[in-house]
Amino acid sequence: MQNLETSIIAAEGISAWYGNHRAVENINLDVKSGDVLALIGPSGCGKSTFLRCLNRMHEEIDNTRVEGRVLYKGEDIYGEDVDPVAVRSCIGMVFQKPNPFPTMTVAENVAAGLRLRGGFSRSEIDGMVEAALRKAALWDEVKNKLRAPGTSLSGGQQQRLCIARALAVQPEVLLMDEPTSALDPISTGRIEELMTELKKSVTIVIVTHNMQQAARISDQTAFFLMGKMVEHGDTEQIFNAPAREETENYISGRFG
Amino acid sequence: MRSDRVFNLILRSLAVAIIAGFLGLTWFLWKSALPTLKVAGAGFVWSQAWDPVANEFGALPFLWGTVVSSLLALCFSAPVSIGAALFLTDIASKKIRSPIAFLIEMLAAIPSVVYGIWGIFVLAPFVREYIHPMLNGHLGFLPFFVGPPFGLGMLTAAMVLAVMITPTITSVCREVFRSVPDPLREAAIGLGATRWETIRLAVLKTSISGIFAAMILGLGRALGETMAVTMVIGNRPEISLSLFKPAATMASVIANEYAEAQGDSHMSALAAIGLVLLLVSSIVNIAARWIIKRTESKTHV
Amino acid sequence: MSDTLRLPRIQRRRHFKSMVANGIIMIFAGMAILPLIMVFSYITSSGLPSLNLDFFVKLPAPAGETGGGMANAIAGSVLMVVMSGVMAIPPGLLCGLYIAEFPRQKLAGALRFVIDLMTGVPSIVIGLFAYATLVVPLGGFNAFAGSAALAIIMLPVVSRTTEEILRLIPSQLREAGLALGLPRWKVLLRLIMRAGRSAIATGVFLAIARASGETAPLLFTSFNNQYWSSSLSEPVASLPVQIYTYAISPYEEWHRLAWAGSLVLVSVVFTINLMSRVLLKRSSN
Repeated sequence: MQNLETSIIAAEGISAWYGNHRAVENINLDVKSGDVLALIGPSGCGKSTFLRCLNRMHEEIDNTRVEGRVLYKGEDIYGEDVDPVAVRSCIGMVFQKPNPFPTMTVAENVAAGLRLRGGFSRSEIDGMVEAALRKAALWDEVKNKLRAPGTSLSGGQQQRLCIARALAVQPEVLLMDEPTSALDPISTGRIEELMTELKKSVTIVIVTHNMQQAARISDQTAFFLMGKMVEHGDTEQIFNAPAREETENYISGRFG
Repeated sequence: MRSDRVFNLILRSLAVAIIAGFLGLTWFLWKSALPTLKVAGAGFVWSQAWDPVANEFGALPFLWGTVVSSLLALCFSAPVSIGAALFLTDIASKKIRSPIAFLIEMLAAIPSVVYGIWGIFVLAPFVREYIHPMLNGHLGFLPFFVGPPFGLGMLTAAMVLAVMITPTITSVCREVFRSVPDPLREAAIGLGATRWETIRLAVLKTSISGIFAAMILGLGRALGETMAVTMVIGNRPEISLSLFKPAATMASVIANEYAEAQGDSHMSALAAIGLVLLLVSSIVNIAARWIIKRTESKTHV
Repeated sequence: MSDTLRLPRIQRRRHFKSMVANGIIMIFAGMAILPLIMVFSYITSSGLPSLNLDFFVKLPAPAGETGGGMANAIAGSVLMVVMSGVMAIPPGLLCGLYIAEFPRQKLAGALRFVIDLMTGVPSIVIGLFAYATLVVPLGGFNAFAGSAALAIIMLPVVSRTTEEILRLIPSQLREAGLALGLPRWKVLLRLIMRAGRSAIATGVFLAIARASGETAPLLFTSFNNQYWSSSLSEPVASLPVQIYTYAISPYEEWHRLAWAGSLVLVSVVFTINLMSRVLLKRSSN
């Protein structure tokens, strides 16, 4: 039975390298189902690298290495006969700059992941596309331009398109790597609103360099510094009563 | 500043000289070809006759030979070149990339006459002893595979051409694939695409016009290629569907017959063929560059 | 979407497809390189045995006789490449400079178009150009026409590479030079060309390598000569043309010389290529 209180993702001793440089050191972290976990920290602290270890994207770069375990619902995604492709269907990702496929329409973009999987009828796909666009709060704006090229939308809309695309394959976890840092404040606000709705259906892990954003939208926060995780806890506690001095320094803006 | 104006003047004079020079050369060629064109008119291009002794000249067999050998070479080379380019951009690890890219570039440095000599002594016997028996023996009822096991002929020429245009197509495709932004690949990977699906979705789909331009550039190179083709195509001005029969191209007939042309009308006819060749390859090249320009402006939106 | 990280059966097909595609791509890459290895090994194995001192110092023997060499062809090639280099390289550099540095002038745009056209002209047609202008008026095949044909081939190549390299040089360098009060021509020649000099030199070397291997434009300009030429207005032997003539002949002995000649030609071209790359790498460090 799935207990809502259990961790849906748990990292155990995760370290990651670029060549000989260790970017992330021995991270132990878990995320409860239905939570929003924010990863904060100064530039270069390893939070994005760690995020990419959670869906096995880090290893796609040449000359990289990951050690440790990441348990998704109790199973290690780095296990022996685990397929990275299957991992990414369960753990989706949204990137910093919106990256819709330029040769595809809005509808085709959202359906891309579904078409890869195969086995859906035309009407099933149409239904899932609409559902995903609704979840991404984009349906009303694009329902009459489903056949327009994906790149014809504005920046904020493109990012929501990418969110819809990731949601269409119905992952249980959504990783977001600074999803609003390339957007204007209004689009940023809309996506933040979106996340509070989204967490009802997916668990979210979000990397952000914007502390106010982390404080606004997340339930849990983890603070990273120089590749190590310094502190992890309820967002309220991290921001109002941090246990570690480095956390306090970062939050009060003394560096980073 | 005065010295600047002088410098500017020098450069401009040079530019004018070169442009005028090129136009002049083209005009001289036109003048050489004029006698034939006056006599035969546009029908020159459609006539199949080629009999220097009887003063009958027609460009069609050579046009046929050029176009067929080049298109065939493109068919052979395009999949290999696209595959090689994909290998270099999306499959090979960084360590293997440079050596392999280097080797492909070295292919482009081999002079045409050396490809020709390899064609005569290695490729033609191979076609004669292995490919001909296989195709003629089993599928000899098809018009493409009739003919004696000569070794020299259309197929051999197309094969040598294919080898020669591969570096061109590969390097253009490589540039095109490299310019596909990485975030697109990441989008596909993040959705749970396999390696091939990522290539198909993010790289190939986005690069269609670039690939097309690369192929046209390769075609342009094939159209003008002379020595290797001359040495292996058999040099007979005949039009045939068969891959094994000898043929001739516009470039090869000029290379073969010009130095010892029999009479002014023969030379004029060859010059006319040269003019047609110039026209055809210029159009193809301009088309390729136009496509490339259009592709570049699209991706920079 | 799926509760399990193991592969459901339908997804195995996707992976299988990916593996097959991967394999095909690797095979194609191998197929692209294979001819290089084949040609190189063939030329070496068939040419090396006939490569001896005689080859480099003796004149060709009459048809059917053994012995002889390609001394005159090698000398002729060297002569013509040097001459064409002298004729083509300085104007080529200046053309590239003009196109890159004065892009707003219409003349520069026209020149760029013409140079682009010239790179696409088949080399045999360039031979026709040279024939019409330099063989007929001068009364016969001659070395000068051959060099001119090679120069027409070299010039656009030099111009193109120079132009591409100059475009990559950041504008700050030009601004800095101008700010020092230098006239523009000094900035361009002393500063900018110097900044790109190793890459430009590489381009020049590659153009030279290319010209050394060209055969078609020489077939009816410099033609051929069984002996030493005494003047530029005579036909002259060249290595590529000699290789061609011998390769298509029926004589075994000439075939052997053709293979040896090919080996020499390929070695020269490759050496120039490699040397220029090494030069480029070393200077960029």
